[in-house]
Amino acid sequence: MKILVAVKRVIDYNVQIRVKEDGSGVHTDNVKMSTNPPDDNAVEESVKLKESGKVKEVVAISIGEDKAQESIRKALAVGADKGIHVKIDNYVEPLGIAKILKKIVEKEKPDMVFLGKQAIDDDCNQTGQMLAAMLNWPQATFSSKVNLKDKSLEIVREIDEGLETIEVNLPAIVTCDLRLNEPRFASLPNIMKAKKKPMEQLNAKDLGLDLTNRIQQLKVEEPPKRKAGIKVANVAELVSKLKNEAKVI
Amino acid sequence: MAREAMEYDVVIVGAGPAGLSTAIKLKQLDPNLNVCILEKGSEVGAHILSGNVFETKALDELIPNWKNEGAPVKTKVSKEKFLFLGKNSSLSWPTWLLPSVQKNHKNFIISLANLCRWLGEQAEKLGVEIFPGFPASEVLYNEDGSVKGVATLDMGLDKEGNKKDTYQEGMELHAKVTVFSEGCRGHLGKQLIKKFNLDEGKSPQQYGIGFKEIWEVNEEQHQEGLVMHTAGWPLDNKTYGGSFIYHAEKRQIYFGYVIGLDYQNPYLSPFDEFQRFKTHKAIKKMLEGGKRIAFGARALIEGGIQSLPKMFMPGALLIGCDAGTLNMPKIKGSHTAMKSGIIAAESIIENIKNKSDLSIYEKKFKESWAYKELYTARNVKPSFSWGLILGIIFTGIDQILFRGRLPFTLKHKHADHETLKPANQMPKIEYPKPDGKLTFDKTSSVYLTGTNHAENQPVHLRLKDPNLPINYTLKEYDEPAQRYCPVGVYEVQKEKFVINSQNCIHCKTCDIKEPSQNITWVAPEGGGGPKYGNM
Repeated sequence: MKILVAVKRVIDYNVQIRVKEDGSGVHTDNVKMSTNPPDDNAVEESVKLKESGKVKEVVAISIGEDKAQESIRKALAVGADKGIHVKIDNYVEPLGIAKILKKIVEKEKPDMVFLGKQAIDDDCNQTGQMLAAMLNWPQATFSSKVNLKDKSLEIVREIDEGLETIEVNLPAIVTCDLRLNEPRFASLPNIMKAKKKPMEQLNAKDLGLDLTNRIQQLKVEEPPKRKAGIKVANVAELVSKLKNEAKVI
Repeated sequence: MAREAMEYDVVIVGAGPAGLSTAIKLKQLDPNLNVCILEKGSEVGAHILSGNVFETKALDELIPNWKNEGAPVKTKVSKEKFLFLGKNSSLSWPTWLLPSVQKNHKNFIISLANLCRWLGEQAEKLGVEIFPGFPASEVLYNEDGSVKGVATLDMGLDKEGNKKDTYQEGMELHAKVTVFSEGCRGHLGKQLIKKFNLDEGKSPQQYGIGFKEIWEVNEEQHQEGLVMHTAGWPLDNKTYGGSFIYHAEKRQIYFGYVIGLDYQNPYLSPFDEFQRFKTHKAIKKMLEGGKRIAFGARALIEGGIQSLPKMFMPGALLIGCDAGTLNMPKIKGSHTAMKSGIIAAESIIENIKNKSDLSIYEKKFKESWAYKELYTARNVKPSFSWGLILGIIFTGIDQILFRGRLPFTLKHKHADHETLKPANQMPKIEYPKPDGKLTFDKTSSVYLTGTNHAENQPVHLRLKDPNLPINYTLKEYDEPAQRYCPVGVYEVQKEKFVINSQNCIHCKTCDIKEPSQNITWVAPEGGGGPKYGNM
């Protein structure tokens, strides 16, 4: 079996995001970038399945500017076999990304596509679902446990009510939750080996797809600052403030 | 079981200006050498913090066409100012009366982190392997006692040191020559200096703690290319330090403060002195209405040649501020660090090809312009141990009249951890509350550094005696770690000493200033620590 795993390069989760003054977006110059954390979980799970012997090949794909290759190299360093970089320099909405992924799926013919449940930059949480719809494949989103059977996947999903167990037939789309696993560290020798693993490079323009963004971004602004807390002297004061000022009880 | 090992010609520890210069020069001289750099930061530049007014001398030698290669060295210094601050006054010092080392008209205002990122790219183009996220945690020795290489840290240990599922054993990297370029107070450099007695006969090393904030200000407050320094308030006559204010591109001001770690009052909080400094009426107007967009802190070397250890040992070299090549009166160290890196590379080539002794590195360094510069600068810092006013008078005579050629060398008398006076002999200092606009608390500041350390890993700030902070240091010095740490890693809560090591920004101040040298900074899991942008 074969897995295609999608990774996205985003601003590192530790970095404090700075909004541009004109509201057109956020600053990315000289900002530390990393692989989207749930995508790391997707890579880890793919590699685990490969190590279990059930999966033969893991192909990592990233769509974006040249530096997106860093995220692919990282996936290769922890065990993916091959990389595909689809170059595009501007922001593409999940719909466009799903279209590109569909094209690659048709070419690579994987049995499963693993993705992070959402990217921490735009928080869309759409790409996996859209890809499933376009391919007419079953989807298992927010997966926190994956069990690969002969022709299906048993998946535990994290949902509002608790945990839901479902079974989906292959081929299928799996989007991964942070609790699915703990991604491993890449070792030095594996980082060096990863530099020699094959990486196919495509240009999004050559795929013959309509990647026009459908959503117009009006403005990006910072969330309002939280007001400082206050100390209350006793319970009575707390209750009175909750009742009269906050009006929550 | 033996750890996995990789063999290199040269292993370099730390991707700062010195280490990167060594790597680039090595590959320029011999493209066939196998060279790698270990870097504890998550990427090159993530742990670099510096003023920085940059003198291009060493870069001119290393990459003569840096301008055409897109080096991020663009903002030329266009104007200079020097202010003496009193509590309510400021006196502008004429620039013609500044010692020539403090004149910057040929220099550039840069972000050293960005320069390192660019140098990293140049090194990789030449075939240097850079491994960010891999701290060297241990020096390895051959049977004859010479340095064999370094080992990377075991990853995936829990707080108690047990192996987690993600455990990965560290690796050994063996080299013909290992180059240590960890910057000021490198934790391996410190071990080597001790083991090989490299500081024998030298004055104790002197350090400072440097803060830097980046501010985005309004157009009318900004004057690209302006370089300004201040001395005086809020520090008293006995405390060495001052500010830097550099107007960089894109309406940004690099705003910083340096305080000598030989201060005496355990109640002094360098962080709060810096915050308070911004409230001076001459300073406030430069920032008001602007926005602080970055914060960081890092210890720096101030000892000069009196404290410069021997820079070589069997199998290894110390370069840049891992040895201590910063020129304090010039307020610059990047150019001398790079020069020491270049010379290290030239010496290594001779060592490998002609079997010459590594001592040629120190010999060549002493013949270089970098050392000459440090020699003429040598008496400035020690003269300030007589106080600011006498220091300035002496420096005027030494630097302007004699250009550093006075026939004697002043020594540093004390190590920085020895200078604190007991708390009951010193006045308490009340710092004003931060307003959240101009002045800030430590919590909101550490947030801007992007620092993080994976939870559940061994604490990387080790106490030799875990009871000492409460039993002794708290009583004697009111536990100054609460104040000298710029990001509040250390707290005393109900007679308990708490170490919030996840907030550490790797500045090394605790390792330097702790009066009993009870705190040892060791490398945490790779990729941890600050994520500085254009610092």
